[in-house]
Amino acid sequence: MRTSLRVNGRTREVEVEPRMTLLDALRDKCGLKGTHAGCEHGVCGACTVLVDGEAVRSCLMFAVQCDDMEITTVEGMAPEEGELGMIQDSFCETHGLQCGYCTPGMVIAARALLEKNDEPTDHDIREAISGNICRCTGYGQIVEAIRLAAKRLRESNVARSPEAAR
Amino acid sequence: MSEAGRRFISANRRVREDRRFVAGHGRFVADLEMPEMAHVALVAAQAPAARIVSIDGSEALAMPGVIAVIDGAELAGAVNPMMNGLDTPNVKRFPLAVGQNRYAGEWIAAVVAESRALAEDAAEKVRVETEPLGYVVDVEEALEPGATPVHPEHGSNLLLDRTFDWGPVEEDFAAAEDRLSLRVTWGRNSTVPIETFGVIAKWHAWEGVLDVWASIQMPKYADQIARALKIPGNAVRVHYDVDVGGSYGVKRGIKQTVLCGYLARKLGRPVRLIEDRLENMRAGDAHGPERIFDIEVAFDRDGTVRSMKMRALDNAGAYAGRAPFQLGKPIGAIVGPYRIGSVQYRAMSVTTNKTVQEAVRGFGQSPTNYAIETMMDRVAEHLGMDRIEIRRRNFIRKEEFPYEIPSGSKYDSGDYHTVVDKVLASADYEALVAERDRLRAEGLCAGIGIASCLEPSGGRSSFEPLLNEKNKTSTWMEGSRVNIDGLGDVTVAIHTTSSGQGHETLAATVVGEVLEIDPDRIRVVRPDSLGSLPGNSPVGSRMAIMLGGAAANAAKDVKRQMLAIAGQMLGVSAEQLRYESGTIHGPAGQSVSWDEVVDVAHRRFDDLPPGTQPGLTASFMQQVPGDARLPENGKGEMYPCYSFEFHLILMVFDPVLARPEIRRYVIGHDCGTVINPHIVKGMTLGGIAHGIGAALLEEFAYDAEGQLMTQSFLDYLMPSAHEVPEVEIVHHCTPSPLTEFGQKGSGESGYLGAPAAISGAIHDAVRPWGVHLDKLPIRMSTVSDAIAAAEEQGKGYR
Repeated sequence: MRTSLRVNGRTREVEVEPRMTLLDALRDKCGLKGTHAGCEHGVCGACTVLVDGEAVRSCLMFAVQCDDMEITTVEGMAPEEGELGMIQDSFCETHGLQCGYCTPGMVIAARALLEKNDEPTDHDIREAISGNICRCTGYGQIVEAIRLAAKRLRESNVARSPEAAR
Repeated sequence: MSEAGRRFISANRRVREDRRFVAGHGRFVADLEMPEMAHVALVAAQAPAARIVSIDGSEALAMPGVIAVIDGAELAGAVNPMMNGLDTPNVKRFPLAVGQNRYAGEWIAAVVAESRALAEDAAEKVRVETEPLGYVVDVEEALEPGATPVHPEHGSNLLLDRTFDWGPVEEDFAAAEDRLSLRVTWGRNSTVPIETFGVIAKWHAWEGVLDVWASIQMPKYADQIARALKIPGNAVRVHYDVDVGGSYGVKRGIKQTVLCGYLARKLGRPVRLIEDRLENMRAGDAHGPERIFDIEVAFDRDGTVRSMKMRALDNAGAYAGRAPFQLGKPIGAIVGPYRIGSVQYRAMSVTTNKTVQEAVRGFGQSPTNYAIETMMDRVAEHLGMDRIEIRRRNFIRKEEFPYEIPSGSKYDSGDYHTVVDKVLASADYEALVAERDRLRAEGLCAGIGIASCLEPSGGRSSFEPLLNEKNKTSTWMEGSRVNIDGLGDVTVAIHTTSSGQGHETLAATVVGEVLEIDPDRIRVVRPDSLGSLPGNSPVGSRMAIMLGGAAANAAKDVKRQMLAIAGQMLGVSAEQLRYESGTIHGPAGQSVSWDEVVDVAHRRFDDLPPGTQPGLTASFMQQVPGDARLPENGKGEMYPCYSFEFHLILMVFDPVLARPEIRRYVIGHDCGTVINPHIVKGMTLGGIAHGIGAALLEEFAYDAEGQLMTQSFLDYLMPSAHEVPEVEIVHHCTPSPLTEFGQKGSGESGYLGAPAAISGAIHDAVRPWGVHLDKLPIRMSTVSDAIAAAEEQGKGYR
C-alpha cells in the first residue's frame, strides 16, 4: 500500500507491504542506510530514529503507522554534506564509537535526551542510552561525548535543533 | 612532541574513521545494493541430532518470487568440506548439514528468493522429514565410553587430547610445602556483535571471478573460499572496503560465503545472506569457548607458587573448525605474569551437539586467565595471605626480562610491580578497603576484586604447528604499501577489513610519523584482495605491531628513496643529508624540497640516481618479530609481545537480592607505546564491558534436550550503560624492544582480566559464608541461593 513518509524534512511517497517495518522502509524504500538492524526485537537500539521528536525503535513500528509523522534519521543530523552537527562532532572528539554500527542509534538517543535536558547528569545520560547496546566501547567515551555535546550546546547561542526552534 | 620526540604517535588525535560513522555513512555489507540481487533465508534443524530422511522444497518453490531451494546433499556434491585446524579428516563440515544434523538450529536447507521476506516465508514451507538420533550436550558425558559420537566416522568425541609437560613438574610438586586443587568453569558466551554476519557473492562468468563483500574478520579468508569452491585463489576477489559492524573474533564467515558463492554461480545472480538474529545466535559464527579447568597447584608457605597442573576441557560444539586452537594460544602465557617454574598442561577438545565454537577475543586467553587468577586467590585464601601480596611475590621482576616461561615463550618486557603500585596509589587502596568495610558494616555484601594478567600479542599462529604436526606455519605476516603520487600526496594501502579497530588511523599515524607530515594529509585505501599484499587480518591483537610495522617500514623505504634522489641532485651522498618535515637539507645549507624530489621521481628519469626505479612507492612485508623457529617437543615461542593489565574493583550487593553493582573499577594498563590513545582507551573499556558480560550475564545456555535457551537479545543478556561503571585507567608504558615504536597489542585488553576480577570481588564479598562460586557467569540467583544455603547451615554473619 501507498504511504507518505516525511523523513528529515522531505516527504516521500512509498509503496510498502503493510507488514514492512519503518526500519526496512527507511533502508530499502528511502535509501537511508544509516539506520541499522541489530536484533529486530526492539532490544538493542541500533535502529533508533526520532518520530515526532521521540526516540523510537524503527524495527518495532510499521511504516504505515508513520503516515504524516515527522521522522528524523541520522542522515538528518548533519547540517550540510561533509559538515558534522554538534552531537556528531562530540562523538568524534571523544571517540565515542568504534565499529560505528550502533552509532546512529546512539547519536539519535543523545539528541532525544539533549532536546529535553541540556544539563544532563551522568545518570541521566546513562539512562538515556541504556536501551542502546554497544559492544565496542563499554559506553565510557559515549558518556563523555554526550557530556561534551551538552556543554557545547549550553555554551552556544543556537537553538538546540530545528524542532526546538519551532 | 612526546618524550620520545614523536609528533603524532601517542598524541591525542581524532580517529579518522569516526566521521563517516557518526554521519550514518559507513559502508556495511547490508547497505550495498546490486541489480538482480537474490536473498537467502535458512531452514534450521529442530532436534539436536537427527537423520535427514528427505527435504521437499516443492511447495516453497511454487511460491511467487522464490528462485531456488538447495540442501546439503546438493552442496556437498559441488564443494569441498570446510577446513579443519586439526588433523581430523573425518570430522567433515559443510555449510548445510549433510545426511544428519548435529545441533539444534543447524542449517539444513537454503531458500533463495527475490526478497529476504519472501525467502523467510518460503523457508517455512520447506518440508523436512527426519528421524531423531542420540545426542550429547555435556562435555564430560561426551567423553564417557559409549557416549553417542557426534561424528560416528571420527569414532569418538575427542578432537584433541594432548598433555604438555614443561618440567620438572613432579619434582617441583614433591619439593613444595603445600598444594591444593580446584575446578572452575567458563560458561559458553561470545562477543555477539550488533551487526550479524552478512555476505554478498557475485559470480562474473565472463571474467571467471567471484566478487565477495562480507563482514569478515578472518585470516586467509579468500584462500578458504577458493579451496571450498574448487576455484583458483585468484578467482576470488574479496572487497576489503566493507565496514564490519563489530566482530571481536567471531566473524569468520566461511560457511555463509561458500553457500552464497555456490548459489551465485548456480543462479548467475548476486546472492546475499544477511543473518537475522536467530540465525546468528543459533548457527552463525556465534559461540565461544566453554571450558572446565581442573587445576592442581604446588606452593610454599611463603606464597611462592612452584608448579601448576592444569587440565582444560573444552566443549567445541558440533564440528572442529579452528576452535581447538583456542586451547593453544594460552600456552604462550600459561603462567600469567608469574614465575611459576614448571607446568603440566592437558588440552582436551571435545565435540558435542551444541553450536560450533568459533574464535572469540583473546582466543582462549581470558578463560585461562580466569582460571590462573582464581588459583592465585585460592592459594592466598589457603595461606591466609593478602591477594595483592601473593601476586607481588610471584611476579616476574622488571630486571628479569626477556623472560622465558616453561612453555618456551619469551616475555619481551614489563614492569608489573610498578603498575600495581601506581594503581594502588591512584585508587587509594586503603580508602577502598575502608569503604568495603563500611559497606559491610551496613549489612551489605562488599568485596574487592583483583586480577593481573597478560595479553599476548602479534603472534605467528604457532599454536597451529604445536597442535597439528602436519602444519608448518611460522609466519603470520602483514603487508602495506606507501605511494607518493605525481602531485606529492601520500596514499597508504592496507589489506584487510576492519571492525572498529581504527586501522586507517593507525596506518596514517605511523606513516605521518616517519615522513614527518600531518597524518590528516594522508589518504588510506583498501584495495580488494587481488590487488592486495598478503596479510592475516586483525586477529591475535596484532595490528599495531604488524600493520604498524609494515606501514612504517614502507614509509622508511620511500624516505630512503627520497634521500637518494636528493643526494643525486645535490651531488652529495645520502648519509650527508638531513630529512626534516619533507625537506631535505645538505651539509652546506642547501636544500631540496619535497616537490622537487617528487618531480624527479615521477617525471625526470635522467636525474634519478643510477639503478633507481621511477615513481615513489614502496611495499613492505612485515614478519612477526622474535623467534620464528617451529615448536620442538611441545615447546616454542608463541607470541613476541606481552601487554600487562592489573584490575582493582569494588563490588557491592544485597545478600538477599544479590544484584551486583560495581562501585569502583580501576585498571592499570601497560601495552608499551600507544599509537592512538583514544583507540587504546576504547578497546580497554569495551573489553572490560565484555568481561562484565562474561562474568555476570552472558551465556548460551542449553536445556537437557539440547535446545538453545538463549536465542535472542531478550534472553542472552548483554551489559548496558547501567551495568558498566565508569572505569579509571592508570597508564604505564614499558616499550617492547621488538617492535618499530615499542608498541604492543591492546585489542583484547580489559576482557582478559575483568571476569577474573569480578569473580574475585564476589568471592571476597561472600567470604564470611565460605562459599565458592566456580562457574561463570555468576548469576544473582546463584549468589543469593548460595548465601541462603550457607546460612541454613549456620555459617556467615547472621
